[in-house]
Amino acid sequence: MPVPEVTDSFTSSVNRVTLGATKDSGGTRTSTVTIGGARNVVYGGSIEEAGEKPVIAMDVLDSRPKDWPDILAQHYQDVLDSPADWAKKCIEQFGADLICVKFEGIHPDKADLDAAHAVKVTEEVLKAVGVPLVLWGCGNDEKDNQIMPKVSEAAKGENALIGTVTEDNYKALTAIALADNHNLITEAPLDINIGKQVNILASDMGFPLEKIVTFQDTGALGYGIEYSYSIQERQRLAALGGDKIMAMPSICDAGYESWRAKESKLEDAPGWGDVQGRGPMLEATTAICLLQAGVDIIRMRHPRAVAVVKNFINQIWKKD
Amino acid sequence: MILIGERINGMFTDVKQAIADKNKQVIQGLAKKQTDAGANYLDVNVGTAAADQEGTMQWLVETIQETCSTPLCLDSQKPDVLTAGLKVVNSEPGLILNSTPLNKKNDEEILDKHIEMAKQAGPKASIIALTMDKNGVPQDIDTRVAIAAEIVQKTMEKGFDTQRLFIDPIVLPVNVPNAQVQAGNILTAMGQIKYLSEPAPHTTVGLSNISQGTSERSLINRIFLAVAMSHGLDSAIVDVLDEKLVNVVATAEMLMNKQIYSDSFLKAYIAANKA
Repeated sequence: MPVPEVTDSFTSSVNRVTLGATKDSGGTRTSTVTIGGARNVVYGGSIEEAGEKPVIAMDVLDSRPKDWPDILAQHYQDVLDSPADWAKKCIEQFGADLICVKFEGIHPDKADLDAAHAVKVTEEVLKAVGVPLVLWGCGNDEKDNQIMPKVSEAAKGENALIGTVTEDNYKALTAIALADNHNLITEAPLDINIGKQVNILASDMGFPLEKIVTFQDTGALGYGIEYSYSIQERQRLAALGGDKIMAMPSICDAGYESWRAKESKLEDAPGWGDVQGRGPMLEATTAICLLQAGVDIIRMRHPRAVAVVKNFINQIWKKD
Repeated sequence: MILIGERINGMFTDVKQAIADKNKQVIQGLAKKQTDAGANYLDVNVGTAAADQEGTMQWLVETIQETCSTPLCLDSQKPDVLTAGLKVVNSEPGLILNSTPLNKKNDEEILDKHIEMAKQAGPKASIIALTMDKNGVPQDIDTRVAIAAEIVQKTMEKGFDTQRLFIDPIVLPVNVPNAQVQAGNILTAMGQIKYLSEPAPHTTVGLSNISQGTSERSLINRIFLAVAMSHGLDSAIVDVLDEKLVNVVATAEMLMNKQIYSDSFLKAYIAANKA
C-alpha cells in the first residue's frame, strides 16, 4: 500500500527577525542571530521550508538567585555574583546562542534594586559577550516601566530583544524599544486572543510587526505544556495562513518553568529516580516538546539540558 | 477572504470622467483607498465609454502601477482588451483575468484561451470562469454545478492548478421578476462546487449585482456576503470602501474560526491581510 502524501503547503511564512547589531550596523555585537522564516509546520515539508534553526538563550540573572536548587546552582557557583562572568560561562562553556538577562533583582518583592544597577549589569554583559542579548524585566509593571527604559537606552544600537509588554502594560516599553530600535517581546497569559490583541496594540503605536517576538507564556511538562503547545501550534498555522498579526517568531521559557516544578528539585523522592538527572530531563523535555510546536527561541538554565536540546536541534534542522 | 475592489470601473461616473480627462490622480486615489480598506486585488474595467478600450486598459494599469503594487484583476469580456492589459501589467504580486464562460457560440475555445493567457502571465496569474456556456446563464442548481465541473475538468486537463481558478456562479439581482429563488440556488451550487476538486477551486461573485436596483443595497450585499461565506465563498468583487461590508467579512471569518479573535478583530482583519 502506498504511503499517502500528507504534506501541506502554505502560502505564507513566519517572519524572519535578526537580533543583534555588529559594528557595521552601529552596534558592538560580534555576531547576530536570525530566527523564524519557517514556511511549514515543524516536520512538515522539506528542510528548506523549516526556516532558521531555533536557538537557545541561557538565563543570566542580574543578581544572585536565592531560590535556585543546588542541582542547578552548582554549575554557576563561581559566577553567581557577576552577570558578566556568568554570561561568558554560558557562551564559552555551555554553548548558548544568546544571553537572556533577567532583571529579577529589580522586583520590589526581591532585592528591589535600582536603575543604576540594571544599567551597570547591561553594560557589563554587553562588554563580556559578543552575542545578541535578550533583556527581560521582572514582571512588576511599575518597576519595569521605571527601569527597563533605562536598560533599553544602555543597549541602544545593539538591536536587542527587550520585553515584555502585556495587554495592560505596553506603552512605556513599546515606545522606548521603538526609539532605541530594539526588537520587542509581546506577552500573553496562555491566551491566543490576548496574544493577538497585544500585537495589535504595539503595532498601533507604530511598532513594526516585523520586529516583534511573541511570548505566549510557558507551561512546563506536567504543568500545562499542552496549553503552550496548542497555542504555539495555532500561532504557527495562523502565520502560515497569512495572518500578519500572528506571523512573528516566538520565545518560550523552559528554564524558569521547569525549575519551578517540585519534580526537578525534590531530593527525598526515591520513586522518582536520581535528582541530578531529573531536573535537566524535565527542562530538556519541555524545551523539545515546544520546539516541535514551532518555538524559535528557548530560554534555558541547566547546562546538561542545554546540551541535549542543542543536539536535538542540530539533528532535526540538519540541512544536508 | 480574497477581496477584489470593484471601484476602478468605467461604469462609475468618476472613473469614466477620469478616463476621459486622463486624470491619473482620481485612479491612483481609488487604488490607494481600496488597498488601505483591505482590497487584496483591484478590479480594472474600462467600462463602455472609451472608444479605445485596449489603450484605456493599458493606461489604467500603468496609472495604477505607478503608485500601487496591489495585484490587479483585469476585467473585460473581450480577450483583446485583456491581452492589451497583459502587455503592461506586473503579474509578480498576483493577477486575475476576469472573466470567461465555459464556451461561447462564436468561440468554443474561450476558456482554453484564458487558461493559456494566465499560464503565459506567470505562476501567480489566476482566472475567473463563469458558470455559463453557449446556452447562457443556467437557472437551476444542477446545470450550474455541471458547468463548473466541466470548467474544473478542463483546467485540470490543461495542467492548470485549480487553486488558480475562481468559479463565479453568477449572481443575479434579487428583484428580477421570478428570480428570487436564484440567490438560494447559487448558495447551494457554491457549496457543491467546493467538492469538485482537491484542492478546491476558489469561488467568487460580483457581489453588488445581488442588490442592483433594490432599496437597502448595502444591507442586502452584506447579508448575502455573510451567508455566501458560510457556503464556502472565499472571494468576492466588492465595494471595499463600504466599511460595514468589510466588517461583516472580518466578523464572519472570525466566527468561522478563520481568523483568531482579538478585541480589536475588526482592525486586525485588515492589518492581518496586508501584503
